[in-house]
Amino acid sequence: MTDAQNLVKVGMADLNVVGNSGILRTTGLGSCVGLTLYDPQIKVAGMAHVMLPSSDIARESQVNIAKYADTALPVLVDKLVELGAVKRRLIAKMAGGAQMFAFAGSGDTMRIGPRNVESCKEMLKKLGISLQAEDTGANYGRTIEISSETGILTIRSVQKGVKEL
Amino acid sequence: MEIFSKLEGFKLDVLKEVGNIGAGHAATALSQLLNKPIDMAVPKVQILPFEDIAEKVGGPEKIVLTVFFRVEGDAPGNLFYIMAPEAGKSLLQRLGAFVPTDGLDLTEMEQSALGEIGNILAGSYLSSLADFTNLAMSPTVPALALDMAGAILSYGMIQFGEMGDAALLIDTTFVQGNDEVEGQFFLIPDPESFDKIFAALGVPFDND
Repeated sequence: MTDAQNLVKVGMADLNVVGNSGILRTTGLGSCVGLTLYDPQIKVAGMAHVMLPSSDIARESQVNIAKYADTALPVLVDKLVELGAVKRRLIAKMAGGAQMFAFAGSGDTMRIGPRNVESCKEMLKKLGISLQAEDTGANYGRTIEISSETGILTIRSVQKGVKEL
Repeated sequence: MEIFSKLEGFKLDVLKEVGNIGAGHAATALSQLLNKPIDMAVPKVQILPFEDIAEKVGGPEKIVLTVFFRVEGDAPGNLFYIMAPEAGKSLLQRLGAFVPTDGLDLTEMEQSALGEIGNILAGSYLSSLADFTNLAMSPTVPALALDMAGAILSYGMIQFGEMGDAALLIDTTFVQGNDEVEGQFFLIPDPESFDKIFAALGVPFDND
C-alpha cells in the first residue's frame, strides 16, 4: 500500500472521487461495504464507505446520502460523470460486509454486513453497472484502496494479508 | 442530531456516574481475579463522530483484542472490552493458567479464557448498573475479535447510524501497575435507552 501524496481518505459514511493518478482509501471496514467504481478509459475512480443498506430506515432529519447503499451509489455515479466518466464504462468492485461477531438470534443487526452487500448489488443492477470483483463477507476487518491509474483494488486485512482485485 | 441536543451538562454527568458505577464493579472483579489492585480512570462521556471513536483506541487500523457483548433487557446497547493484544496475553499469564503463545494469534483455549474474563467483567458492570437503575440489563454470550479497531467498533454504531453520524460513548480505562493489563470499557447505549436510563434515575429527559 502506498502513502502517496495524492491519497484521498474516505471516512465512514463518506464518498469521494479522484482522477490524475489519485488513490482513494478507506480504513477499518467491518460490516460496512467499500464500493468502488472505475472508468478505465479516462482513469477516474470513486469510492463509497456504505454503513447501512437502505435509507428507508433513516430517522435523521438530514440524511447523509453517503451512509446508505441506495442513496450513495447514484451520487457516486453522478460525481464520476461530472469528472468525465461514462456510466456504461464503469466497473464496480467491492469489499467488506463482514459479520464481525457471530452469535445466533440477535436479529437483523447481526446480519448488517451481508445486507449491505446485497443492497449494493441490487443498486448496481438497477444502475446497469457490472460487478467485476468482490471480497466480501467472512468475519474480519479490511482496509482498501483503489488506484485511479490502474483501477486495481488493494485489500488488506489482519488475518489474510494483502490481496488485489 | 436531535437526541444529543437534550444531552448536556447534568445529564452527561449522570451517564458518567453510570459508567463509574459499572466500571468500578468490573475493576473490583478484575482485581479479585488477578489478586492485584486495579486502578480506574474517571469515566469519559463523549458524543463523538463515528470517525473519531476508533481514534480513542489508536485509530481505525490499530489491531485490538475485543470482547464484545450485546446488552439485552430494558436499556439495550453495546459493550466492548478492548485491550492491546499483548495486554490480553499478559492478562492470561497473570491468571496463572497459561503460558502465552507468541505472536498475535490466540489458541482456542486462550480465546475461551479471555471470553470468560470478559464475561465476568461485563457481568459485574451490568449487574451493578441494573441494581442502580432497577432496569434489567444482561450481556449476551461473549464474542471475541482480534482485528482492526474501526471494523470492530463500527459495529457498535449501527443503531446510531439510522439517526445521525455520531454516537455517545461511556469510556473507562483500567490500569494495573505498569500498564500491562490496561483495558478499556466502551458502553454505547442504543439511542432509545437514554430516556429509560434517565427515567429510571428520576432525571427528567424531555423538559429542559
